[in-house]
Amino acid sequence: MTAPAVTVSRRAVIQGTGALLLSFVIPATRSREVASARHADAALDLPGSLAKNPLLDAWIRIDADGSVTAFTGKAELGQGIRTALLQVIAEELDVPWSRLTLVTADTERTPNEGYTAGSHSVQDSGTALRHAAAQVRGILLAEAARHLSVPEQQLHTEAGAVLGPNGDRVSYGELVASISLHVQAQPSSQLKDPARYSVMNHPVPRVDIPGKVSGAVAYVQDLRPPGMLHARVVRPPGYRAALLEVNVNEVESMPGVMKVVRNGSFLAVIAQREFQAIQAMWSLAREARWSAGAALPDGSDIRQLLLGLPTRDETILDTQPNPARPSNHGLLTLEASYSRPYIAHASIGPSCALAQFTSGVLTVWSHTQGVYPDRQAIAEMLHLPSDKVRCIHVEGSGCYGHNGADDAAADAALLAFAIPDRPIRVQWMREQEHAWEPYGPAMLAQVRGALDTSGRIASWDYGIWSNTHSMRPGPAGALLAAQHLEPAFPIPEPRPIPQPEGGGDRNAIPLYSLPQARVVHHFLPDMPVRISALRSLGAHMNVFAIESFMDELAVAARADPVEFRLRHLEDPRARDIVSAAADEFRWSAGSAPGQGRGFAFARYKNLAAYCAVAMQVEVSPETGRIHVRRAIAAVDAGEVINPDGLRNQIEGAILQSLSWTLFEQVRFDRAHITSIDWASYPILRFGSVPESVSVRIVERPGTPFLGCGEAGQGPAAAALANAVADATGKRFRELPLSPARIKAALAS
Amino acid sequence: MIDLTVNGQTHSIDADPQTPLLYVLRDDLQLNAAKFGCGLGQCGACTVLIDGAAALACVTPILLLSGRQITTLEGLGTLSNPAPIQQAFIEEQAAQCGFCIAGMMMRAQALLQSNPQVSDAQIRAQLELHLCRCGTHMRILRAIHRAAELIQGGRAAISTPTAASGPADGGETGNPSSPGEGQTGDSHDPLRRERDLSRHPQARERPER
Repeated sequence: MTAPAVTVSRRAVIQGTGALLLSFVIPATRSREVASARHADAALDLPGSLAKNPLLDAWIRIDADGSVTAFTGKAELGQGIRTALLQVIAEELDVPWSRLTLVTADTERTPNEGYTAGSHSVQDSGTALRHAAAQVRGILLAEAARHLSVPEQQLHTEAGAVLGPNGDRVSYGELVASISLHVQAQPSSQLKDPARYSVMNHPVPRVDIPGKVSGAVAYVQDLRPPGMLHARVVRPPGYRAALLEVNVNEVESMPGVMKVVRNGSFLAVIAQREFQAIQAMWSLAREARWSAGAALPDGSDIRQLLLGLPTRDETILDTQPNPARPSNHGLLTLEASYSRPYIAHASIGPSCALAQFTSGVLTVWSHTQGVYPDRQAIAEMLHLPSDKVRCIHVEGSGCYGHNGADDAAADAALLAFAIPDRPIRVQWMREQEHAWEPYGPAMLAQVRGALDTSGRIASWDYGIWSNTHSMRPGPAGALLAAQHLEPAFPIPEPRPIPQPEGGGDRNAIPLYSLPQARVVHHFLPDMPVRISALRSLGAHMNVFAIESFMDELAVAARADPVEFRLRHLEDPRARDIVSAAADEFRWSAGSAPGQGRGFAFARYKNLAAYCAVAMQVEVSPETGRIHVRRAIAAVDAGEVINPDGLRNQIEGAILQSLSWTLFEQVRFDRAHITSIDWASYPILRFGSVPESVSVRIVERPGTPFLGCGEAGQGPAAAALANAVADATGKRFRELPLSPARIKAALAS
Repeated sequence: MIDLTVNGQTHSIDADPQTPLLYVLRDDLQLNAAKFGCGLGQCGACTVLIDGAAALACVTPILLLSGRQITTLEGLGTLSNPAPIQQAFIEEQAAQCGFCIAGMMMRAQALLQSNPQVSDAQIRAQLELHLCRCGTHMRILRAIHRAAELIQGGRAAISTPTAASGPADGGETGNPSSPGEGQTGDSHDPLRRERDLSRHPQARERPER
């Protein structure tokens, strides 16, 4: 299959730099953006991201040659969104794959859809593109009816053309001259019957994989515009350490060094060759003297660390018992607390960005998740009007949330100011990514539950302690470089992400029916360790805690864990997915001798995809090593665009969650982050990969898309912990389930 | 000037002899496949072949490489004429972000060149050094098994992507061990080569915290 669109090619980048920049700008773009804002209020009931960008030509353009260009504000992060969105447009617009191009996140070209995050891309952008494509198709049909003087009912679309009853055929390209797509979207569209799909719900191969297996330019790291220079940043030895003194003379005379840039505690070097920049960075690091910086808390006990921080409490659920259905209280009350440490995004490729400042316009190429918020932050940092900054997404190594991407973009932007008219490439080193990225917050959950005499949950009291899960840009102070400048931009005030999506309290409200339940979010404003959004936010921890505790209650109730969950689930789709996973796993067959099995379920954010996971494990008491024999998932993501892409996401969620849950912990002493490479921050390796992983999709044709990119992380963590408890008879409530911890517990 | 032979072509490189091969491949020769992942020999993203054995380009200075045959992923095949390992990764859709896979493919290439009848356990053992963060491990294993099939020619009729018929559930369970299980012989032991190369001082240098 030929790729209808590729990531930015070298040619595109060359065109996008310097004086040719303006040739890139589509004339309608600016007015489109303004018009979008003007129409926003009237358009709140439009589907998906059409609500904020209601004009059809913000999403779809058809040229006279029949080629179709679609625009999305979302970015390919390795989750397969480029392919999925192309499928949606090809299906609803009836346009051949080869005529279709998709432009992704670029502040000059695409709608502002905020961040590519929270499993929103298909729900928001996919829904918008689907309706926009269907409505454009409707406009083309109406125009063809006029053109051919044939009633619209007798026409149909096929492969980029409208076909009539007597062999009439008029191509989209011929029709566009007499129509305008600069029109407001309508609230509802004539969508295709799922039974007629020929592209959606098909496992179309990913358009980006051929390039990635053949050495094409596929990542921001691969861009090499002419005249490009290489830069490296020297970071402080710890948070809030200030640069006191640095002798740059020797470094500036090193081979290839173009410039040492110092502003406050921001220190960097620009050189002609990459290894020259690295050698100069090493020398510069030796020359720099820093103040001691902020002390870090004692990280040896995460629970004590978190409980020692001030909280701002918010009760997010408080249901009183139904007096008509008095519950037989007091038979049995259980209490438990669970915790996870700080977890790193730990992308395989450290963050990288390019920037060029020419004729008063700054262009930044970044693997950011949010080109518009990043543009805003960079513009504020550099005191530029935001329309003088263009931010273009180019794929990077997978990010899994807010990693160093935006910070590297800010570094490149600052350095592009230092040597105008030259593209500057900043590549973070491994130890910089590990030490400076904003981690997924450490968390603590405490839960108390009571069973009644019939073995049902009578009451539930749950508290979750956590920092915010988003310190993303928007404000310049979110950028590391801006924090290091003189004068420094202040770190923004942290804010909790409100329900129903939630941040630390994401998935803190169980989907189970509980006669009396209270859930409190103990929000921690103090952030002794730099944190932000890690894939699934609080859902990993909350689902781990809730689903572990469900098993503890099931044991107390002498109930089968699957049956115990079904006992408390009313949502028919939730019940279906639990049953499907149990069936796929052959749960009723029981445990194999010497092994344990575990089950867990959640609906991501209680509003996106449903996912249940079952796992079978062996635990070696001698080594404490957990061996996952097999993992089974069942998922309901609503209407499915690409079943293989959905499977890939869920498989990945399970494996990534196994890594977090089994191995991962950001380590620090009282002054420094000490987990700064793959030796000090071990993650899953092939020796610990399950023997088999399989995913069953429960199809819901004709229902809305439900985001699936983060649905599996929580259930996988809890299924693992439940399987380990089943195998060993011991309950592990503190993450990670490291071999040392398991071995010590089993020996005692 | 150091003469480097990469993918069959010899290039005269004007760079500090201590420069790790990775930067010369990426910056001077504009070859994208080998990736910077750690610069420490810990993740495998930069893996290339040196005289047919897998080696870590990020910790291999070019001064060691004069007269050696260096092969990158680009040297195995092209999109119009893909090598079996490339064909297999496309067929199995064995990528999410894909940043790690070029290195994995080169390791697999070295393994399959010396023993196409490789067992699942051998593949896992050989890939132990390689990190994948997206959790694509099951597909990567499947793709390497598929490449082994393609190389052996048994089922080499290159079909449409298997993704079209859905991924094979359970196809990733351990294969029975095949002949030749165990080490592939000292002279071809890529791990041994990496241990040797990583003794170079730069492999351990930590410029900054």
